[in-house]
This record gives sequence, structure tokens and C-alpha cells, in this order.
Amino acid sequence: MTDDDDRVFKALADPTRRSLLDRLFERDGRTLTELEAGMGMTRFGVMKHLRILEDAGLVVTRRAGREKLHFLNPVPIRLVHDRWIDKYTERQVSALADLKHELEGGSA
Amino acid sequence: MTTDTLTTTQVYRVYIKATPEAIWTAITDPSWTERYGYTNRADYELRPGGAYRSTASEAMKRGAEAAGIPLPEVVVDGEVLEAHPPHRLVQTFRMLMAPEAAAEGFTRLTYEIAETKGGVTKLTVIHELEGAPNLALIVGGQQEELGAGGGWAWVLSDLKSLLETGQPMDWDDGLKR
Repeated sequence: MTDDDDRVFKALADPTRRSLLDRLFERDGRTLTELEAGMGMTRFGVMKHLRILEDAGLVVTRRAGREKLHFLNPVPIRLVHDRWIDKYTERQVSALADLKHELEGGSA
Repeated sequence: MTTDTLTTTQVYRVYIKATPEAIWTAITDPSWTERYGYTNRADYELRPGGAYRSTASEAMKRGAEAAGIPLPEVVVDGEVLEAHPPHRLVQTFRMLMAPEAAAEGFTRLTYEIAETKGGVTKLTVIHELEGAPNLALIVGGQQEELGAGGGWAWVLSDLKSLLETGQPMDWDDGLKR
């Protein structure tokens, strides 16, 4: 586990932040004003959560004129998946494949 | 870019322990593009107005043949709009391997490569996908289960792995090797 992975897991371990990511998944490139609508918290609260998401690399911001737009960046989740979670799911998959082989009466 | 086009824009960012030059080469040199992601050969004429062409890898040809899908030789084409090695590449991008995406025409793709501290380089990919909802699904990785690969997140994860470890990820989805 690297520090980067740590930041991703910590950022994801909060329902408000997951909800912000879900909203960006539905429609990307939103302003702070759009994101705070219906979140039931202050602008500063939303900004704090967005900053944690940005630090983890899960949100990338870009300027368009006077506006700052927020984009969902799925790469850190992909990195966690590829480097860390895959390790465990692969073992399960190969165990299932062995089981299937055995149940079907095959011999190596 | 207006706010309207930005809602269809996809932005990807990855930090890679490599020089900007190494990343630029990995994006624009065919001997590198064949080693990660979709493993297609990319040919760039690196000047404004120059051609961009990505040709199907052997693995992709085999996969398409096995699945009974016709595959054109050139799978993506486009035109170079700006080339400032090793920091900025802007091009058009039209995917030809899926008819519904091909019909959507050209989109705009920008690579931004910026040094940060500690020998780490920030690579940002901005894909403007206005009027290209089918291509947006493919490059967004939402058709991975259908065998379309994992899009930009997958490509960039693999690129990071290749540049940092010398090895691409060991995919088991049959697209490669």
C-alpha cells in the first residue's frame, strides 16, 4: 500500500464524498454551486470534501473562463484495482476454476 | 471550451515517476504504444496538420477474428493540431473500430505533461466528446465487460506500470498476449 492508495481509501470512506463522485459520474464538469445544491451542508463543508477528493486525485479541476469545473478522475481507483485488489480476486477466480475442473471430473 | 462542451468532456490524470520526455515518447513512438493499453501502433506526424493513425495490434486482430467482428486496419485516425514536445499534444481523434463511434466523427484530445517535484510527472488527458456519446462510453471504460477494453483509466494505469516497472499489467481479459 502506498500513500497514494491510502489517500484514495480515506477519501472514499465517507458517504458525502462518494455522493459527490456519483454526481460527477452522472454529469461531469460541474461548478461548486452545482455540486453544493441539495447536499444539505454549507459551501465550506462541500469545499472541504472536494479538497480531500482533489488531494486523492479523484477529482481534477479545470478553469473555463471565470468558472472552476470539477471532473471525476477514475484513474486512482483503477490503480488501486489493478495493483491491489486484482491480487486477491485473481486467487479466487483461479480457485473457482480449479473447483470447476475437479467437479467436472477432469484430470490435469 | 464552453461550459456546455465541458459537461461531455472527460478528464484523466495520473502521476508517473518518469521524465516528461519518457512520457511523450511513450505516447508518440509506435515502439512504445505497442507495449501498453490497447497495444496498437500509433503513427504521428508531429506538426500542426500532420496525420495521426493508430493501427490494430496483432492481439486485437486475433480477438476481433475470434469474436467474428470485422476490424479495419486503421482503428483510430485524426490530425495533429499542436505538438510541443514534451509538454503538450493536441489532436483530433475518431475511432473507426466501432461503426457507431466512427459515425460520430472527430473529437478533440489533449495531452498535458507537466513536471512536479521528486522526479514525478503529471500527465493529464482531456478528451472533449461533444456529440460522441458512443465513443464516450468506450473511452470511459463503460464497455469493458463487452470486450472494448477499459478506456483511458485502463490505458493510463498500464502506461504508469510500464514506465515505472518496465512491465505492463498482466491482463487476463484476452485482449493482449
